[in-house]
Amino acid sequence: MRILTGNDLKSGAVTWWTGYDWSLHVEDAVDAGAEADAILAREAAARRVNNPYAIDGARTEDGRVRPAHIKDRIRAVGPTVRPDLMLKPADPGARDWVI
Amino acid sequence: MYRYDQYDQAMVDTRVEEFRDQVRRRIEGKMDDDQFKPLRLKNGLYLQLHAYMLRVAIPYGTLDSRQMRMLADIARRYDRGYGHFTTRQNIQYNWIKLAETPDILADLASVQMHAIQTSGESIRNISSDQYAGAAADELIDPRPWCEMIRQMTTFMPEFSYLPRKFKIAVIASPADRAALRWHDFALRIVRNADGEIGFEVYAGGGMGRTPFIAYPIREFLPATQVFSYLQAVLRVWNRHARRDNIHKQRMKILVHDLGQEEFSRQVEEAFAHFLSLGEDFPQAEYDRIAAYFAPPPFETGLDDTIDLADPAFAAWVRQQVIAHKAPGYAIANISLKPVGGIPGDISADQMDVVADLARRYSFDELRATHAQNLVLPHVRKQDLYAVWQALAAAGLADANRDLVTDLIACPGLDYCSLANARSIPVAQQIARRFADPVRQADIGELKIKISGCINACGHHHAGNIGILGVDRKGSESYQLLLGGSGDEETSQAKIAGPGFDEAGIVDAVERAVEHYRAVRTDGERFIDTYRRVGMDGFKEAIYG
Repeated sequence: MRILTGNDLKSGAVTWWTGYDWSLHVEDAVDAGAEADAILAREAAARRVNNPYAIDGARTEDGRVRPAHIKDRIRAVGPTVRPDLMLKPADPGARDWVI
Repeated sequence: MYRYDQYDQAMVDTRVEEFRDQVRRRIEGKMDDDQFKPLRLKNGLYLQLHAYMLRVAIPYGTLDSRQMRMLADIARRYDRGYGHFTTRQNIQYNWIKLAETPDILADLASVQMHAIQTSGESIRNISSDQYAGAAADELIDPRPWCEMIRQMTTFMPEFSYLPRKFKIAVIASPADRAALRWHDFALRIVRNADGEIGFEVYAGGGMGRTPFIAYPIREFLPATQVFSYLQAVLRVWNRHARRDNIHKQRMKILVHDLGQEEFSRQVEEAFAHFLSLGEDFPQAEYDRIAAYFAPPPFETGLDDTIDLADPAFAAWVRQQVIAHKAPGYAIANISLKPVGGIPGDISADQMDVVADLARRYSFDELRATHAQNLVLPHVRKQDLYAVWQALAAAGLADANRDLVTDLIACPGLDYCSLANARSIPVAQQIARRFADPVRQADIGELKIKISGCINACGHHHAGNIGILGVDRKGSESYQLLLGGSGDEETSQAKIAGPGFDEAGIVDAVERAVEHYRAVRTDGERFIDTYRRVGMDGFKEAIYG
């Protein structure tokens, strides 16, 4: 699947395209499919999100969206070295999910 | 330390308001990121992996307690309660909001700090010996020269649009504690046969994709001519720089391509021109600035002994305390490398503790080191025990300066948008592997430096053991390098062989260390052994 991501203009927070808006949670990301380029162009023009771009991802067996590359998995949950700063604090599975 | 005059303060305050307007226009959608990016970078604001990151300048690593308290306050109010000290003696915050950045800059300006030229194609924070003004082995305090160069190059148009970033270091000791020859332009203060103060000059050093150790280009430069000489160096670089190719824009590439001799020749030619313009500072200006760096009022007749009855304190003194130029005083190093911690990170509460210690026990002075630690430069020996107790209570009393757990690590893929691999977890695992203090003491001085990409923010080229994280088909991989150094015998680390995964690199480091222990002679440091026996034995031990 093709998922869209970027950083929120004001906070810099990592955001994911939900089909109609941007969410902080990667689980809300949808497959942008063939519309990816058009959405990116429109959202870049709206200037709410910095540098939106498309990445490869997949849906896991339990239904979670997992970016293909480790960098985007770290972006999705926060730094692996500070569980207290992860999006879901102290989630014991977070690091395994990243790696 | 240097204090802003009314002109300095006005410039910094004006810059804050200018940026406030730029941020407002960006948020209102009147600028896109391509337009805004160069403006934010000129104020030290990056967009990193998770948020905006603000890098704050600490000129030559010197700051006072009021400034440190403000850094703590910023961490608490605008970030997530901590800051990260970097290898350029700066501090950076990882979780900054764009709309709040002008307020942060205004707060910094209120304590005579800023984030100008901590990013972009400019002269970066000038680095120096963290023990400047205190070290027993220095010729004079190098910081007045750092400050003069800083003043002369900040906001100067020719230095604001350089081909690439430009890094300067100034030291005044035979021991190099600033990685001098890993800089674009480096000055060591020396005295010539006539007793005059001047500089040994080096140019063309730098790490990153194409590492080079700086060449000596001038044996003795009269100190009062340094501005003309720096202008000459930058003019030659500006004239030839490969602005068409981002990988070839750093001055080190030009110096290497032209060769040491031809580069020096062209610099000397330009130098003659600049010298004739008479733009160098007069002695009176040096005297004015040097007065800000006058030694503090050291007491005389102090007891020069330290009561080492407490073994934990004795261990800390042995590793963290070094000789001071004034009798009865010592330099106390504060480790930001607890085993399992994040190298260079410090909480807001810990910053407050350090600020308080500086105010009470170190003439209100603090230093940041390029090894991501802190220093109390002027502590009475009789106060060391109280300092140590306060540090211990704050979790800052690790006694590991220059030992295997005193690793340098860049933020890596956990924070940095340029990185390819995580550096911090590797640093943490190596530190945990070697956590035993007895084993650390037995291994002795060993500098491990880890970068999460080829930009080398973790100085892996200068590591006795260097580790470079790379992306291999979407997975993290780590190359092991051996034999680097940032001290007065500067050397570039060499790749040992194929890379490892995260667990494998920790084992490989341990095998390298055990080989060193097996073949070292009495008193030999890791780097000495490597230089004596060469790569082959290590390679055999690491790869079998």
